[in-house]
Amino acid sequence: MMYTGEWSWAGQIGHLSAIVSLVAAALASIAYTKANPFILAPEHAIWKRIGRISFYVQTSAVFLIFFLLLYLIHQHRFEYHYVWKHSSKSLEFKYLLASIWEGQEGSFLLWLLMQGVLGLILIRTAKIWESPVMSIVSFAQFCLSTMIIGLSIFGWKLGSSPFLLLRDSGVLDNAPALHIDFDPSLPLLPNYLDKITDGNDLNPLLQNYWMVIHPPVLFLGFASTLIPFAFAMAGVIHRRYMDWVKPVQPWALFSSAVLGVGIMMGGMWAYESLTFGGYWAWDPVENASLVPWLIGVAGLHTLLIYRHSGQALMSTIVFFVLTFLFILYSTFLTRSGILGETSVHAFTGSGMNIQLLALIAVFLLPAAGWIWIRQKEFPRVQTEENLSAREFWMYIGSLLFFLSAILIIGQTSLPVFNKIFGTTIAPPEDVEFSYNSVQIYIAILLALLTAVTYYLKYKQTPRALFWKRLLVPLGISVVLAAGFIVFIGIHYTAKGPGFQAALWVSAICSLFSVVANASYIWIGIKGNLAKSGGAIAHVGFALTLLGIVVTSSNKQVISQNNNGFATPLGKGENPRENLTLVQGVPAEMGRYTLTYETDSTHPKKKLWFYRVRFKSKDGKEEFVLEPNAFVNYKGNKGLMANPDAKHYWDHDVFTYVTSLPDPEAKEDTTSFRNQNVKAGDTIYYGKGFITIGDSRRIDSVPEELFGKGGRVVELPIRVNRRTGESITISLKSAWASSQWMPLPDTLQADGMVLQLQEQKEDGSLILGVKESDTLLKYVTLKAFHYPYIRFLWFGIWLTAVGLLISTRRRMLQWLQESKP
Amino acid sequence: MKKTQLALLIGIAACIGVLLSFLRTTSTYDTIETARKKPGQFVHVMAKLDKSQPIEYDALNNPNYLRFAAVDSLGARMYVQYNNAKPENLEMSDRLVLKGRYRDSIFLCQEIQTKCPSKYKEEEAKGMKHPGEVPLPNIKP
Repeated sequence: MMYTGEWSWAGQIGHLSAIVSLVAAALASIAYTKANPFILAPEHAIWKRIGRISFYVQTSAVFLIFFLLLYLIHQHRFEYHYVWKHSSKSLEFKYLLASIWEGQEGSFLLWLLMQGVLGLILIRTAKIWESPVMSIVSFAQFCLSTMIIGLSIFGWKLGSSPFLLLRDSGVLDNAPALHIDFDPSLPLLPNYLDKITDGNDLNPLLQNYWMVIHPPVLFLGFASTLIPFAFAMAGVIHRRYMDWVKPVQPWALFSSAVLGVGIMMGGMWAYESLTFGGYWAWDPVENASLVPWLIGVAGLHTLLIYRHSGQALMSTIVFFVLTFLFILYSTFLTRSGILGETSVHAFTGSGMNIQLLALIAVFLLPAAGWIWIRQKEFPRVQTEENLSAREFWMYIGSLLFFLSAILIIGQTSLPVFNKIFGTTIAPPEDVEFSYNSVQIYIAILLALLTAVTYYLKYKQTPRALFWKRLLVPLGISVVLAAGFIVFIGIHYTAKGPGFQAALWVSAICSLFSVVANASYIWIGIKGNLAKSGGAIAHVGFALTLLGIVVTSSNKQVISQNNNGFATPLGKGENPRENLTLVQGVPAEMGRYTLTYETDSTHPKKKLWFYRVRFKSKDGKEEFVLEPNAFVNYKGNKGLMANPDAKHYWDHDVFTYVTSLPDPEAKEDTTSFRNQNVKAGDTIYYGKGFITIGDSRRIDSVPEELFGKGGRVVELPIRVNRRTGESITISLKSAWASSQWMPLPDTLQADGMVLQLQEQKEDGSLILGVKESDTLLKYVTLKAFHYPYIRFLWFGIWLTAVGLLISTRRRMLQWLQESKP
Repeated sequence: MKKTQLALLIGIAACIGVLLSFLRTTSTYDTIETARKKPGQFVHVMAKLDKSQPIEYDALNNPNYLRFAAVDSLGARMYVQYNNAKPENLEMSDRLVLKGRYRDSIFLCQEIQTKCPSKYKEEEAKGMKHPGEVPLPNIKP
């Protein structure tokens, strides 16, 4: 069967490139393994050359696949399943780019791409370590390439290709319109493609600039964890237990910086653009990326210990290996569908569970094996630790990071535990508290350790010097802490005084750590910026902790429902966190008066913007927020809301839509209730009463419009609302061409339409009243007050900046020292 | 390495302790029948929206009151009360995870997780039409 209009060449190039990527990666891995630089042999140079060329070919193939896929998405080639499923013609270019990594195949591709770029940098900078490290990197490239190869081997599906044709994907099998004679059992029409006019689109929740930048950064972070792993394993395999320390240091720092920023961007995305009501919810998906970061940071510190004291080699190797393995484990968790019930992120199985598990196994088993074989000969330093030595407390800190990671992943892995042991244990009632109640104590200890450890020296510290140098920062901290206690404080009481006390202590310890580390830049490093990366990162980290504690404990729901439309709440009817605003009717919310003014729509999409004016009761503050929502997007009933926030330096006011009238249920079925009225009458309606004024008859109307004997009757009425306000309107009706033509008047706030039906011969009037809720335009909101959220973001940025300063310094050092 | 080993041991012990106490706070997955048998106890109930019963939600009168009926795979039915806004995709969900307590012949729900029909391959291959995805959008007749 021939189908017209398909670009089959693109798929052929794509498939071929995937195979090239797979084969070249395997070849590179083998060649680099043969090019062992630690044994003198003449053929090494050739193997190294083959390794390099293969890696270049492999990376080029990945780039080709990536840009080919981007081109197909850009050209809307819907004959490709991936293009059809993840994009549409209405998407802007940035979202077409984002479409690439919406799906499983594309995100593996992104990962491959990032790993390839890092590999190219390694070739230029790793010097003697190039071959041993690149053989592992190439092996990882090989493994990831299998994920996008899309081959069937003896009925086993290996990977999933982004170049699968739509007609081969099964999607069209049940669409009669596309088949010959409208019979799905017959082949597709040769010109079926002409009938597919648009794609399935990028999930509207993901149509957001965060979707454009968060995944590339996160995947760069994922890819970067491979490098310390590769160095550690290369060191172990080649028995070079000390030599790998210097070249790995910049990579470990870089990895922590990028992965940290990637995770933060996920948090910012959740906070700013999704309606999760916060930046972190201890969701399994979030945890799965945090855990490798925590372990990586632990490894970073034990590496320093090892470099300075010769201790903690085993811990360093284990931490770096686990960092990468937990990246693979998180890949398994998030893509296998095993999280099912426990995550808000809509994950579904990709049918590649065995391959994903195998991915972990091919790294875990050899790594564990090599470490086991070699550990007997690891160099060990037999010294009694000194409690005043920096390395001792750094080690404790690293252990705490590791402990924190193990606890988080342990709790997160409940669904895996259930799967293995066949149990049906469900998460606890308050999932977030089950993490917070433990992690808060680790946070306190880490804040204290980061505060004082810089003031200790390696080996041992004279007690007097320690206290002398710490005196000034302690003094400043006491003053700031007093200020914090008086002016800010912790207002979270829901979990009892014990937890509240822990929050207080952690906030104050974090504050101390901010001050102590900032001071150390002058006290310890004399303001040398190039050397202060560590201290800056510590300031950032402590600021992050402070931000987390203060923001989370002092977050307030300000949309507490107390407006006139709410019925009295029964016992236990909490939370009352949603507030309904009727268009044009001001409502009170906390310290604000809110008015839902109007709405507007996106020119191209079914995206609605709701304009809500916030006015503080003291009149000092006024702003407009425009939360938006996709309503019944592409036939999907329901709404998908995006929040809007007003940012102040010290807090955010944040709101999103939680409910809207159903636009399809808008048909107004009520009819007018007619009654005879005369001047001075009072008529009651649902939300008040109406008084009738004196009518006025206007006869001087143009005959060509109103016909013979045409006239207009005007009736002023006063609408008195129960709320106390009243308005006067004038109803009009025209007698034209021998019939009455009333002009309806809609009173939004009252949910009422009034019209003067007619004036009878005797001069009496007939007033039509229609009351219906469907007339009302309203929007239901949830709103929060987030204090000091910017400190949190700034803290993470600062951590990354500090880490990157150190990365640069250590890389330059390595390049200098490794010069032949 | 005496002190660090001690720290390591304490760490491991703390880890085990915390994880064990975490297991004590976990809850259970229940059917409607078994949830009824433990009134007042926090449970997770897997159920479906009972579309034969009306969904009571009027954001104008009270945006924090939702009441609907849920049925589980064993055919049992219960009424669910949720004091929050109606989840955006309640009607189109094919499965609900209801977290809360059964009390006084009603399930007081604290959190609802809606599971929308899967978009992925297995179903597609069977050619199922599912409301979560526009079955075949944008096809000219």
